[in-house]
Amino acid sequence: MNFWLELTVSALLMIGGIFVLVGSIGLFRLKDAYTRLHAPTKATTVGLGGILLSSVIYMSHLQGYINVHALLITLFLVITAPVTAHILAKVAMHHKVKTMESTQNEGLVDKAREQKTADDEASSSSNK
Amino acid sequence: MSLLSRLLPTPGRSAILLAIWLMLNATVSLGHIILGAVFAIAIPLLCAPLQISQPRIKKPFKALKYFFMVLGDVVVANVQVAILVLGPMSRIKPGFVAVPLDIKEIRPITILASTVTMTPGTVTAELSKDKRYLYVHVLQMPDDEQEVIRLIKDRYESAIKEMFQC
Amino acid sequence: MLAFTLLCVGIMISIGLVLNLWRLLVGPDVVDRILALDTMFINSIALIMVYGIHKGTSLYFEAALLIAMLGFVSSVAFGKYILRGDIIE
Repeated sequence: MNFWLELTVSALLMIGGIFVLVGSIGLFRLKDAYTRLHAPTKATTVGLGGILLSSVIYMSHLQGYINVHALLITLFLVITAPVTAHILAKVAMHHKVKTMESTQNEGLVDKAREQKTADDEASSSSNK
Repeated sequence: MSLLSRLLPTPGRSAILLAIWLMLNATVSLGHIILGAVFAIAIPLLCAPLQISQPRIKKPFKALKYFFMVLGDVVVANVQVAILVLGPMSRIKPGFVAVPLDIKEIRPITILASTVTMTPGTVTAELSKDKRYLYVHVLQMPDDEQEVIRLIKDRYESAIKEMFQC
Repeated sequence: MLAFTLLCVGIMISIGLVLNLWRLLVGPDVVDRILALDTMFINSIALIMVYGIHKGTSLYFEAALLIAMLGFVSSVAFGKYILRGDIIE
């Protein structure tokens, strides 16, 4: 195996591994649910992207033809990661999860929640 | 309406389906191209009743440029978040921001919300009922919250507006 | 060099999985638990891909794709259930 190819694959793997680990460390260390949302959804997408890219390069080298199907997982994750993050943020907002003490503009959470409950009452009364 | 446009109501979607089928099987043999083409024609036809009319992307090249710009920003976002996460916790000052929206249609707003979630230190939490504000959680709040709003509006919303021509 | 890198990355991802497990068990709120589960899905995809490179086969790709799809659907279903008390609205 070519030295430079091996170096590229190893470097991409290493970057990916570091970012996956940072995502998990963020999940472990950060103080409240909202800030915890930031670490995994961001760090893991690029971490996984690096690992899958290195897999594409290595498999293409091994099998002798360009094999890009691992990129499908990256594509899928890039589309779905924001949706998961958005739904979890929404859950945290309407579940009255405690925020960090230093959080600014906390009033906006109540604003969004009130809107939501008013909407729910309107829809439940229209169902009756 | 010609036969071709009746068979292929959404040519772009059919092309993407065919490309994904070929990628999934990691082959370009004739048999898989024919099978993929059958799926690419049949699935949009079956799903046609589910469609809601949405604004279309008018400038595909602008969309491609936007995609690569966001890709670059995602890498920057990851490095920034990694530095914040590994640094001392007392340095993190989170906060909420309500970003006023100029765009009204649901598809551009979805793209904007997803982009905001992917890029530096921001996560979309909620869209207000009247679709005029996007509630965003910021990991590292600058002293002036207008800075975040300006970044989102100038960098992403204007590009999306250009893309959809609305 | 590649064998050593694969070992290092495998260990890093495994440490990440342990940290996620801690958050899954301790996590003060239900949101943290869903988030930890979602991160565990993603870490296990990474572990499977690293193992696939180690073995030199792309057979594990299907498993990784399945975990990616099921992980997304289950996280969204959990979120919806907590949000509305019901999956089907």
